[in-house]
This record gives sequence, structure tokens and C-alpha cells, in this order.
Amino acid sequence: MSHPSKAAEFLKDQAKSHWHDETLWFVRDKRDKISKSIPEWENLRTIASGLKDYVLNNLDTLLLDFEANAKKNGIHVHWAVNAEEHNQIVHSILEKHDCKAIVKSKSILTEECHLNPYLEKRGVEVVDTDLGERIVQFLQQPPSHIVLPAIHLKKGDISEIFHEKLKTEKGNEDPTYLTHAARLHLREKFLKAKVAITGVNFGVAETGEFVVCTNEGNADMGVHLADVHIACMGIEKIIPRRKDLGVFLRLLARSATGQPITNYNSHFRSPEPGKEIHIVLLDNGRTRQLAREKFKNSLKCIRCGACMNTCPIYRRSGGYSYGSTVPGPIGSILSPGIDVKKYSTLPFASTLCGSCSDVCPVKINIHEQLYEWRQEITKANPDMAKGMSMKMASGIFTSPLAYKISGSLMRKSLKALPKSIIYNPLNVWGKERDLPNPPKESFKEWYKKNRP
Amino acid sequence: MSNQTPHVGLFIPCYVDQFYPNVGIASLELLEKLGCKVSYPQNQTCCGQPLANSGYERDTIGSSEHFIKTFGEFDYVVAPSGSCIMHVKEHFPPEFLDQNAYKELQGKVYELTEFITDVLKAEIKGKFPHRIGYHSSCHGLRGLRLGASTELNVSPFNKAKQLLQGLDGLDWVELTRKDECCGFGGTFAVSEEALSVQMGKDRLADHLEKDVEILTGGDMSCIMHLQGISSRNKQPLKFMHIAEILNQAIQ
Repeated sequence: MSHPSKAAEFLKDQAKSHWHDETLWFVRDKRDKISKSIPEWENLRTIASGLKDYVLNNLDTLLLDFEANAKKNGIHVHWAVNAEEHNQIVHSILEKHDCKAIVKSKSILTEECHLNPYLEKRGVEVVDTDLGERIVQFLQQPPSHIVLPAIHLKKGDISEIFHEKLKTEKGNEDPTYLTHAARLHLREKFLKAKVAITGVNFGVAETGEFVVCTNEGNADMGVHLADVHIACMGIEKIIPRRKDLGVFLRLLARSATGQPITNYNSHFRSPEPGKEIHIVLLDNGRTRQLAREKFKNSLKCIRCGACMNTCPIYRRSGGYSYGSTVPGPIGSILSPGIDVKKYSTLPFASTLCGSCSDVCPVKINIHEQLYEWRQEITKANPDMAKGMSMKMASGIFTSPLAYKISGSLMRKSLKALPKSIIYNPLNVWGKERDLPNPPKESFKEWYKKNRP
Repeated sequence: MSNQTPHVGLFIPCYVDQFYPNVGIASLELLEKLGCKVSYPQNQTCCGQPLANSGYERDTIGSSEHFIKTFGEFDYVVAPSGSCIMHVKEHFPPEFLDQNAYKELQGKVYELTEFITDVLKAEIKGKFPHRIGYHSSCHGLRGLRLGASTELNVSPFNKAKQLLQGLDGLDWVELTRKDECCGFGGTFAVSEEALSVQMGKDRLADHLEKDVEILTGGDMSCIMHLQGISSRNKQPLKFMHIAEILNQAIQ
């Protein structure tokens, strides 16, 4: 299904879509306030952007430095070219340790690889320990937002899910009561798991350590109780030096949720005696994206989710309308790089308003890349192209006045289309909008008369 | 600005020409009242933005060439539209990027309000005793930086506000969401119809809650969309382009 139809579906429940919009606007507003509380904000963005440019231009050597230093620290480093290889590597580690139950903290990368179903098919119980992720996991849904995975659900929904899955009181929607129930449930899982999986927010080339940021401390809880820690990391998550964290951590939390700092920023450098740390470094299309001059800086993303919170489309259509692992504006420039046909409607799910680029803490020119993807998509996907020109011709441009518009240009595009489309009685513009009253003369006609 | 009277080429976007001649007239008269010599080249066509934003920038070579030729002779090119000016400045096909004629054009195209504040450096004195809600169109705001967007930590400024606040009696309304998109977005308005209409309704609600009398802005495309929804829902809002307000108020 395309973005427009899924968005229309989401909008049918007006009260809920309005609530979704307001909830995320609240987060955007918090982000605005806190970002304006530090005078060096724009400077930090510039520095972060420059650091990430440096990383993308030196990714080969930084990755090798990272690998060498991590190995020195006693970490096992694995390289995965794609999702399949990534999942195989993770599974082989679990097999080696005869592990049938794992806990996993938030990792969009493992969503991208569809690791959960892969492991479940092989008899491994996977428990997502981030509260929001656990909730959507109960529903067998993917996260609808990369920072707030269950943001599409309301308290009442969660109360019902917990009643069914955790036997909480029916109808009790008290957040403290519900989170307490989740805590007891998860504690049991934490104690049982021999292996804990986490994502990685930053891998430090200079030291071979990596940093995992969570608000709930669930990554730490999992890792400290388990014998084996597997950290799954996209190759673009490298930063050169430890001190660069002083830039990124300040930007990340403020951009993501409007907090001054994420609650837990945990550094992992070497395993405790008798334990193991593994890092799986994943490519999965990232080097292909790196080779695309116009789109490579999409890889600067630190996954804060600010572009989702600010996007007037995302807020009103929900994460699932995008049908991609990473939804929202950043997802709409990453996903076509993975499959240009499947995700062909995403770069058009935007008014090019540019708010995403202005909130981005690493200054990715998201809306400009949306524009550039449109140019690529119309080339790569002629069906899409036809669809779009039909849409163009079916709106306001079918008014009789349209023939006068823009001389040869519009006439050319109208000429290319069958008459049945031009004269299509279905005027999409007019479903919920009036057309402007046609004036008695155009400006040009007035000008000829009045400025002869 | 030099002491000589600047010769301004008036660029009137195609939909303004056809649907909103009064906005064209107001822009022309306003610039004349501010001391400019203004000409409207009658062979001008659409700048190509609808095609480019739909993914057909490559098909706008002809219209871009035509634009450069049509407006080459003027000291300045001015349009009452941030969106079209942004297109002319930034989205002509790559073939043009190295051409001197295009580079020259890029340096002299202006949206109407920024031309008045930055080039003419004129203050407008007059009277307009109405309660005004201003719609910050995105391409003007974040593309041309006609104001500070709320996302950025920069000193607040707004070129339209700067002009309007000189008018006696004008009551400028601060909106809750000062610069959220209205949902027009060109072909987005039809390809994502449901979202587009919802975004428009939400913007209108912000103005209505604050008892705005006249909703104004720098881009008729956004206003056409908002007015279309407002009129369908019989809302008590009036709509004017900022050029119409300034031209009516100026003494």
C-alpha cells in the first residue's frame, strides 16, 4: 500500500490522529525550548555535522582503527555485509553458548535485519526490554517511531495489552501500576538470559569502546546479568575520538526528547573476566549509499527522531504509514536507497517544508534529498511517473484556466496525457476545498490595458 | 541601492496571473509607489516548479532557458511568491549551474517582501486597522530565510512582520504553531489529499482560535489551499496577500 492510502486510513480516526499530532508536537516543543537554552546550539550542530562529514570521508580507516582497538580490548569483532550475514553471526554466537533466551535493548538495526523473527524461527526466545518496544512486541508490531516505539498507542491500549499478556487488572490505566507490572515481568527475563543484545549509538575509533544510550537502563541491566554481550552496530556509527561524545551526547538527548542528557550513556570497552563482548559491524547497503554523492550524508544520522517529531506529515499519518524500518523524513531518504521501487511514494510524502533539515542535529539536508530522490524515482520507476503526472493533471490544473497557464510548459505535459485523464471528472482538489473564483481577466490582460 | 531608479522585472507566477490578478496589480503598484520602474515581461511563463517538485526537473530546461532570457535585462527580478523565487534560485537543472547568465539571475531575484526590506530598505507607513494572522510559507521561510524558523536557535526576525508592524492599527497575532506547514505542497495537495486537507484545517484552527480577521502571507498557493478549505467550511476568515495589504495601506 502506498503512503497516501495508509495516511488516509490513519486520519480516519480523527481524535486519535489529532492526539498523535499533539503528543509529538509536545516533544518537538520541548526540544525547541531546551535547544534554545544553550547559546552554542547552532555551533554544536555545525561541529557535529563536520565531524560526521569527516567520518564519512574516512570511514575505511576509522573502521579499521576501531576494529584494531576493540580487539586489543578483548572484544570479538565481526563484519556483516548484509542482514542475512548479520543474523547468522548473532545466531552462531547464541549456538556456541547454547542460549535459547535472550534480552535485547532498543536497536533499530536489528529491526532492519529482522533479527527477531530469524531467531524465533530457530527456537530462541527474544525479549525486547525497552518498555515501548516490549509493548509493540506483544502486539507483534514493529516500532512506529525510532525513539518512541509505541507512541501510536494510548494508555488504554496498553492497559488492555498488559491485561491480556501480564494479567494486570482490567481497566487499570495507571502508568505507575502498568510500568511496575512490566518491570516485574522483564526482571524475570533479565535473570534468565545468558546473552544480551544491544544496539550501538557511537563507536569510538580511537579507543575501540562503544556507547549505548537508554533512558530506562535496560541495556545495562541486560548486559550486566548476561555472560555474553552482542552489540549490533551500523558502520556509520563510528566517531573519531572519545571527546567527540561531548558534542554528540548533548545534541542527541536534546533533539530526541528535549532532555539535557540521556539517563544512561554507558561505555563498553572490555569484557569482565569470564565474559564476552561481540560487536557485529553491519554494512547492509550503507556503502552503496555512501557512494551516492547526493544522498551519502543521510548516513550522518544519529537516530534522534527529531525529524519525525517535527514532521507535519509524520505526526498526522503515524510511523506505519511509511512501511519502512525507519519512518519519517530520514527514513524517506534512506529507504529508497535500499529499494527504490518499494519505497517510491515516500519522498513524495512531504511538502518539502524543510522543518526536518532545520531540527536535524547533524544538519542533514533532508528535504533537499527528498527533492533529489523524486528526480531519481521518476527515472527509475516509470509507473510512478505516470501516476504523478496523472495526479498533477487531475487537480486544480484541470480547470479550464489551466490551459492558459504557463504557455508551452503546461501544454506539453497536458499533451502527453490521454484526454480521459485530463477530463477526469474526479477533481481531487475539490473534494474538501473550494476552487478560487475565476477572475474576469488575468493579470496579463489587465496589464495590457492599464500599462500600454 | 544606487540612486538610480532600479528597473524591476515583475515575475508573476502563473497561478497568480490566472487566479489572483489583484495580487499582481498590488505588487506592481506597491513597487511603483516605492519608487521603482517596473516592467512585466509579457512573454513570461511558469518557472517550472510544479514539474521539478514532481521529479521532472530534467524537463524544465526549456522553461529555465526562457526565464533567463526573459528576465536577463533587468536590475532585479521580483515576485510575490517565496516558493517560485526559491525554485528560480535553487532548482534550475544542473546544466545551468555554471552559466554566468544563471549566476547573475540568482543574484538578482527577490521575493517581494525581502526586496522591500533588503534592497529598497524601505519602511512602509500607513494604516491597516485589522487583526492579522500571518502564514509563514515554508519555501520563503526555510528556503529563502525570510524569517527565523522556530527550529533554529537564532535571533528572531521576520521580514513580513517588519513591514506590517509599521502600519497603524495593525494587530499582529502570535500563533501557537508559528511556522507549521499548511499542507499545500504543490502536487502534494492532490497526491496526499487527506493529509493536505488535515494540515490545512489544523492551520486554520490556530488562526480561528485567536480570532484572526484576515489571514495573510507571501504565497498565494498556500493561501489558495487554506482559503479553499475555509470557504468550504464557511469559516469567518478573510484572505489577502501581503502585497494587497501593503498596497492598500501605504500612504
